[in-house]
Formats: sequence, C-alpha cells, structure tokens
Amino acid sequence: MAKKKVRKKVAKKKTTRKKVVASASKATTKKTSRSRKKTSRSKRVQGAPGDRLQNLASFIATEASRGKDPFLDIPTRALSNVAYSERNRIIEMGDATQRRSFFNLSQAKKFMQTTLVAAGCSELIRQSKTTSIRDLFYHCKHTIEGTKENTFDEQNESDVVIEDLEVALMSLREELGLFAEPKGAMVGPMTIVDQGDVIELSKMGSGGYAIPSIVEEDIIQFRKHAAKFVLLIEKGAVWRRFNEDRFWEKHKCMIVHGGGQPPRGVRRLLWRLNHELNLPVYVLVDNDPWGYYIYSVVKQGSINLAFESPRMAVPDAKFVGMSSFDAEAFDLSREVMIRVTDQDVRRAKEIKRYPWFEKRRHWQKEIDHMLKKGVKLELEALSSKDFSFITETYLPMKLKQGDFLD
Amino acid sequence: MMTSGKRKKVSSRTGGKKRVAVRKSRDAETLAKSQREISVSEFFAKNRHLLGFDNPRKAMLTTVKEAVDNALDACEEAGILPDIHVEIDHLPEIDENRYRITIQDNGPGIVRKQIDNIFGKLLYGSKFHRLKMSRGQQGIGISAAGMYGLMTTGKPMVITTRWKKGKPAHHVELAMDTTKNRPEVTVDVETDDFPPHTGTRVTIELEGRYTRGRTSVDEYLEQTAIANPHARLSFRPPQKASADDPDDPTLMDAEKNGSIPGRENGSDISELQHTTKFGDLVVYPNTIPELPPEPREIKPHPRGVELGTLLRMLKQTEHNQVGGFLTNEFSRVSSKVSQQICQKAGITPRTWVKNIGHSEAEAIYKAIQGVKLMGPQLDCLAPIGTKQILAGLLKGVRAEFYTASTRPPAVYRGNPFQIEVGLAFGGDLPKDQLARVIRFANRVPLLYQQSACALFKAVLETKWRNYGLSQGRGAAPDAPIVIMIHMASVWVPFTSESKEAIADYDEIRKEMRLALQECGRKLASYVRRRQRIKRESQRRDVFQRYIQEVARALHTIDDTIETEEVARNLQSVATSITELADETTDDDALGSSGNGRLDKDENTVILADALGAEDEEAEPSQNTRRTAAAADEEESLFGEQR
Repeated sequence: MAKKKVRKKVAKKKTTRKKVVASASKATTKKTSRSRKKTSRSKRVQGAPGDRLQNLASFIATEASRGKDPFLDIPTRALSNVAYSERNRIIEMGDATQRRSFFNLSQAKKFMQTTLVAAGCSELIRQSKTTSIRDLFYHCKHTIEGTKENTFDEQNESDVVIEDLEVALMSLREELGLFAEPKGAMVGPMTIVDQGDVIELSKMGSGGYAIPSIVEEDIIQFRKHAAKFVLLIEKGAVWRRFNEDRFWEKHKCMIVHGGGQPPRGVRRLLWRLNHELNLPVYVLVDNDPWGYYIYSVVKQGSINLAFESPRMAVPDAKFVGMSSFDAEAFDLSREVMIRVTDQDVRRAKEIKRYPWFEKRRHWQKEIDHMLKKGVKLELEALSSKDFSFITETYLPMKLKQGDFLD
Repeated sequence: MMTSGKRKKVSSRTGGKKRVAVRKSRDAETLAKSQREISVSEFFAKNRHLLGFDNPRKAMLTTVKEAVDNALDACEEAGILPDIHVEIDHLPEIDENRYRITIQDNGPGIVRKQIDNIFGKLLYGSKFHRLKMSRGQQGIGISAAGMYGLMTTGKPMVITTRWKKGKPAHHVELAMDTTKNRPEVTVDVETDDFPPHTGTRVTIELEGRYTRGRTSVDEYLEQTAIANPHARLSFRPPQKASADDPDDPTLMDAEKNGSIPGRENGSDISELQHTTKFGDLVVYPNTIPELPPEPREIKPHPRGVELGTLLRMLKQTEHNQVGGFLTNEFSRVSSKVSQQICQKAGITPRTWVKNIGHSEAEAIYKAIQGVKLMGPQLDCLAPIGTKQILAGLLKGVRAEFYTASTRPPAVYRGNPFQIEVGLAFGGDLPKDQLARVIRFANRVPLLYQQSACALFKAVLETKWRNYGLSQGRGAAPDAPIVIMIHMASVWVPFTSESKEAIADYDEIRKEMRLALQECGRKLASYVRRRQRIKRESQRRDVFQRYIQEVARALHTIDDTIETEEVARNLQSVATSITELADETTDDDALGSSGNGRLDKDENTVILADALGAEDEEAEPSQNTRRTAAAADEEESLFGEQR
C-alpha cells in the first residue's frame, strides 16, 4: 500500500518538474528575439545531470567552432526573478537570466570557473562518488599554467559557481554529486533504510538520526511508521528537549531539526515525508523575522534556489509557533522578551511584503503584532515557566486547539 | 621756422605755461639729443640684463641666439636655405670662464660699408621701422653681444663676410665705442679664410659658462631646429679636456661601433634631449628642402596706431597732404575712407600735413577709431605650417604621436598674428613629469620667463583632462607630452627687450586656446585609441590565459571534445573579438621599417614603432641629433661650396 503511494508521488514529482521546464520554454516563444539562448537552455536542462553537463560542454564547443562567443545563461537568483504561484502555493523561478559569456572581460574568469566546476561534477557523476563542496573547491583549485593566477582563491568563489550551475542545469547539487555539510537530526516512530542499512528511528539515543545531505529515494527508503505528523523544530537545543522528553513517543510524530535554516537534505526529507507518507508538517521556530523566514522557506521554497521549490517546498506546512500573541496567551514575563533591532524591523517589514504573506490577514496581524510590541521571543523563553513547559504544556495545547497559522 | 612752431605746440601738451615750455623744451631736446648719442650703448652696457646678458651662462646663450637669429633672417631674406654652424671653444688657458663663440652662415654676406654699423652700433637695423614678420625686431642683438664680449674680455668682435662669390672676403675686427654708440674698426683686411660661398662669420670672445640642460645653447638650437625644419644647423660644443674622460667615445668611434652616442650608459632620456656629447659635432639636418614663403611687409593698420606713433608718422611722411598720407602710409585706407576720416576730424584730404598740429592729429586719431575699416591684411604672415611643425617635431622629439594645427590669422591692436600649436606625445618622452612647453615667437625659441609668458599661460588654462591627460590645478598637464606653441606676427608684443615672454592680449590668448584645443582633440582621440588597443590586448591576454583551462574542462566533461581543437577555436574567436589589439602589431611591423604612418588626418603623424616599443627596454635609436656622417658634413661646411 505504502509502496504504491510512493510510486504515484514519484510520478507526480516528475510531471511537476516537466511543467516548470515547459513553462520556461513557453515564455521563451514569446520573446522570439532571445530564442537562441532559450533553446540552448531548455536543451541543457533535459536528461540526467550527467547528460546535461555533456550538453553544456558540447554547446560551448560548438559555439566556439562556429566562431561565436560561448556563453551560459544562468537564471537570476533574486526576488525580482521569482513569482509566487497561487495554484501551486510555492515560489517559482521566473525566466530572467544572466548571460555569462567567455569573451567578456568581467565574466571570463567566472566562465572558466564554471567549466571547471562542471568538469569536477561530471567526474563525480561518472565515478558515482559524492563529495563536499569544499572538496570540490580543492579539486578545481590550481595555478593557471604560465601565470601566478589561481583558478580559485576562496571557497566562496566555487560555492557561488556551484549554485549557478545548479540553476543553469536545473539540477540539484546532490544530483551533481555534491553535498553540503550535513546538519539536522530526526527521531520518531519510523523505520527507514539508508543505503541498505535498516534504521529504527525510535532507537537513535539522544543524538538522533543525522539527516544526510542526499535523501533521494535511491538512498533512503521509508519502511513502516506510526507517525501522525512531522514537527520541524528550529534549533537543535530545543529539539533535544523534545527528544529527552520523548515527545515523539507520546504524540506519535517525527521530530526534526535543521540547525537554524534547514539545509536541503532536511527540506527534501520533509517534502518526502509530506508527499509520500501524507504526514502533515508543523514548524516550531523562534518568534522573530528569522523564524518567519525559516517557515517561509520550508513552506514556499527559497528565493535563491526557487527552481527547487517543486521538490522541496511543503505548501501544507503549518506554523505552530511561536506566535507574537503567545506571550499574552501563556503569560510570559517581560524579562524573557528581547527588544527588536532595526534590522529585525526592516526584515519583518520585508517579509510582510512577500506576496505569499501579503494576502494572508492572520500573517499580517502576526507580524504587525510583533512590530507593535517591539519584542521577539525565543523558544527557550518558555523555559522560564518550566524546563518541560514547551513539551508538556505549550505544544500539546497548541496542537489540541489547532492554534496555528497557515 | 615751421618745425620750431610745431615743436612749440607739441611741448605745450606737456609743459604748463607756453613761454617757459618753449625754453624748456629746447633745453630738453638738446639734452635728449646728447643723451641719445652717448647713452644708448652705455645704458645697455650698464643694464645688460635688459638684453639678456644677466649672467655668464645666459650671456652665452643670448650671443648664440642673436647671431643665429640674424643669420636665419639674412638667409631667408636672400632666398638661401640656411646652413648655420655654431662653434663654442673653451679657452681655459686664458680664463676658466673664457669662451670663443663662432657662428657662420651661408647667407648673402654684408657689404663692407654696412659692417661697422650693423655690428658696432646699437639700435641699427633694417627691421625696426617696418611691419614684417622677422626674428629680429629692434636691431640691438648682435651688437649688444659684441659689446658684452668687448666689455668682459676686451677682445673686439671679428666679422668675416663674403658678399659676392669670387670676390675676396672681408675680415673686420670691431670694437665698440660705448660712449658714442659708434663702431671702431681695429683691423680691416681682405682674406681667403672663408668658404667660397657667400656668408658671414662672427666670432665673439666673451666671459661665459657652458652648461647643458634647460635654457642652454643646446636647448636653443634644438628648438630652433624644430621651428626651422628648412634650416640645417650644426653645433660643436666646447671640447672637454680629454684627460677628464678618456673613455668618452668620439663620434668616429661611435660610427665604427654602430652605436649612436648619447644612448649608452643607461642615460636618462629626458636628459638626452638636452644633452650634447662633448666633443661631438651635432647636426640638425634640414628636413624640408624649401624655404618658407617670404612674409610680406605691410603698412600699419590705422587701428593699431597710437597717437604718439601717428604724430611720429606725420612728422616723417613724404606726403604733403593728409589724404595722401592716410592712403599711402596705412593699409586698408582707400581715398573714400580717408575722406571720411578727414571729414570726421574736421579737415579735408587736401589739408597740408605740415599744418597738422597736435590737436588736429588727435582729431584724426579719434576719427580713425570712428570709421569703418577693413581688418588688416592677413596674408603678410608666414607661419611655420603644420607639415613643417610636424617635420620639426619629428626631428627634435622622439614621441609616438605628433599633431599640429595652424590657426587662421587674427588681429591684436591692429597687428595681424597667427598661432600655431604642435604636440608630441608618448614614445620615449619621460613619463611622470609635467609637460614640456616650448615656446616660439616668429620661429625663435623663448627659453626664459616661461611663467610670465602668455603662451605658457594658455597651456595651463587648457583643460587637458578633457583630452585624456592628467593635470593638476593650475599646472601643466602631467603626461609624456611636448607642447610647442608658436606666435607669428609682424610685431610680437614682448614684455621686455630681451624678448623672453609674450604679453597677454585677450585676442592672442583666445587664438592660442583654440589652437591648443584643436590639437587636444586630436590627441584625445589618439589617447583613447591607444587605451582601447591596450585594453584589447589586455583582454586578449585574459582570454588566452583561460582558454586552456576551459578546453581541458570541456574535454573532461565530454571526451569526444578534443582539447586542442576547442582551444584552437576559442583562440580564433578571441583573436577576432580583440581584433583591435592587432593594430598594435600591424603598426609594429610598419614601425620597424622606420617609417611613420601618416594617419588620415594630414596634420597628424603616428610613429608606430614607438607605440610597440613602449614596454621594451631602451634601445639605441636615432635621437634628436642625427649625428651620422658628421665628419663629412663638417668638411662640406667649412671646405666645399654647398
């Protein structure tokens, strides 16, 4: 039964991705003048990541053989180039691109770096290996023959290029054989298989199961589970409280943390738990703009990698806390509140204007209330009542009352 | 009787009561007469700084300058291509500061009876009373030099001149009686010690000091060569005592070794342009084998005449009636115009000139300002010409870009004048130094009082930043550039008798500004183009650096892509995209043959080899002084007929 469902979902996933590609090419036909670039791009985003890399390489080689300036079109990663889809309830990437051409003095080095990273990824894929982005940085870093110039000087140069390549090829870095430092843990009443090892997630001790960077189906398969929902907790420390108090046992749920902004592995896992196992996802974060944004990324996807939203965003995720109204509701003392900084105010106002928050009255109220009070709340503030106030009183009450924001 | 009456009237202007004034004026006139007779020479002897004999160093330069200027003027007036030799001998056995200066030209020579006055009398000459573009103006120069020599060494000036081929040359030794402003001939013989052609040789012994660098004889000759590309100049500076520097290569040695003196020993280029090798004969060849058109003598324009001058002219005229006087002594005065002037002045053209007193003269002066007059004739000037300026700069300055412009003639105070500007930029010119401004008035270099000169001020005023050069506030541009600026006029308004700086007239300033701007624009387009070429080649460098990396990466991704093939393809794209950078190489090829490339603009020359050689190490090259075959030249100068 569960297996069938999984297959269905996988199929659905594929169609969504195709849709994105199709919509991109549809937009292309409208702008006929730039058709050449779009054709090349849509060609490049078809097939397996390895093939896409090959397409990219042969495109560059062909351009060069035709005496043209080879280029890469890299979708713009900015708020200006994302759109909130009301229908899919996720952030979708627009079709604005930045052209990176080789024979442009300010782009030549970046272009060269991009081909080097692409070559590194292609080696990884061919050898079926995965590595860290830092590893790849060292792999690609060397001195250019006959000069004193390095291909890369700092890791952030290669990190940016990796992101560029991801969006240009419409491939996740995980698909390109790269992973970020794993961050985040999970426990709960569930059995999974990770690279052939059967793991009982209810028997993970105090540390929990470290969520790997790559959680695709070929690596992690879900077996049986007794969970009714998934709870994403912002911080590891609070998550430990939940684990220690065996909250997951009592409430039959999976508890997950992402160490702040959850990394892709965690987000992708949440997506799979939600889409494949139909588990609702609840988000528990600090009451500050940063917490709002974590929720926003989990729910709608990130602006930076908007093209991944269909595979990562969980539009059904709910915001359980903390709300700016919780201070009154749970009678928290003023001492535990932190005054908002100017930056917090700016950020909150920015979030308030995001299209996916703009039309939600309760969210507008929530943010306005925080701004009005001028204070923010950390999850730990609840410990002023009692160490286990959060697991024994606060969250059970919220869940029982259905007191969450959508 | 008539004249005394006139004087009475003139003096009544200055004096108070008539009777007293008459007596006084008579006294004053007598006095003035005697003063002039005795004091012209004496005055300048005492105030020799006014004529440019402030110190031994400057005295030497002034002497050379006056003699060379005279020689050039004489040659040009006679229609002979000037070939002038300057020789300075150090005579340390007499005195450490004792020098003998010899200047020899191939001019028309001087007839015997004029020699005494020309060389032995101050304020005697052909150029003062006329309005014609020439180097000399007052007739002070050479006799003052002789006077200075006589005063400092007691040695008379020696003049050798042949005025007709086949006739013997005159050898005259002249001392000057400074108290009487009169020549005193001490030796007067006929001699064979002169080349067979006509010409004049002047030898003056004086107290001086020979140095190189700025405001030196070398600089003067170098700049004279620039402004006079039709003249051939040769110069033998004082011999350095051979014991001092036995390694000093002579010209002959240098020729044998195939190296050109002045470039070795890693000597600085900037110094080189002014530095002469001791003991070498330096030759500035003539690069334009034709004389400049002869400037025409013109009559003064009425507007340019001041009341005093008008009075003098009235006194000196040969015409009896005012109408004739006006139409014949001035330019642009037709009989109709003279009628108008007379009418306005309340007289008739038939009025006798001798009846014109001071008040009538003043009326005429005022009337002149009131009538409509045509501007002065402008065709009386002989500018150097852009082509000649370029030739001169090419000869004298080793740069990569040359441009010149000649403004149409204009008028200040009734005197026609014309401004020319030449620029030489880049190449071997010293970087990180302020621009060098070389100033000329009627083809004569002005070496002193730069900051007081309108020519220099005009350079400072120009906004060179607009033309791609850096420039500090109120300073000359900070760039490897030589700015040549020339004023040609029938009367150059010098600020002093030593003719060192040009006075500031708005009309002149305006013309200078326009000429500088014209050249500046051309320079700007060149500078921009040069920058573009440089940028392009830098661009290409960057691309080329990355091509191998990209090609290898592509091969790693897809091994059907051949590294070499992609690299080759990318290389050819890089080459075509940065095509402009190739212009450098093209120009290089041109430059190696030693020919300058004449741009589309005829007034601009770009020396391509300089452009390419920018990063190369200094290599021996033909600099200012093309010393080649100097030994032969010398022989021809002194021996054969040219």
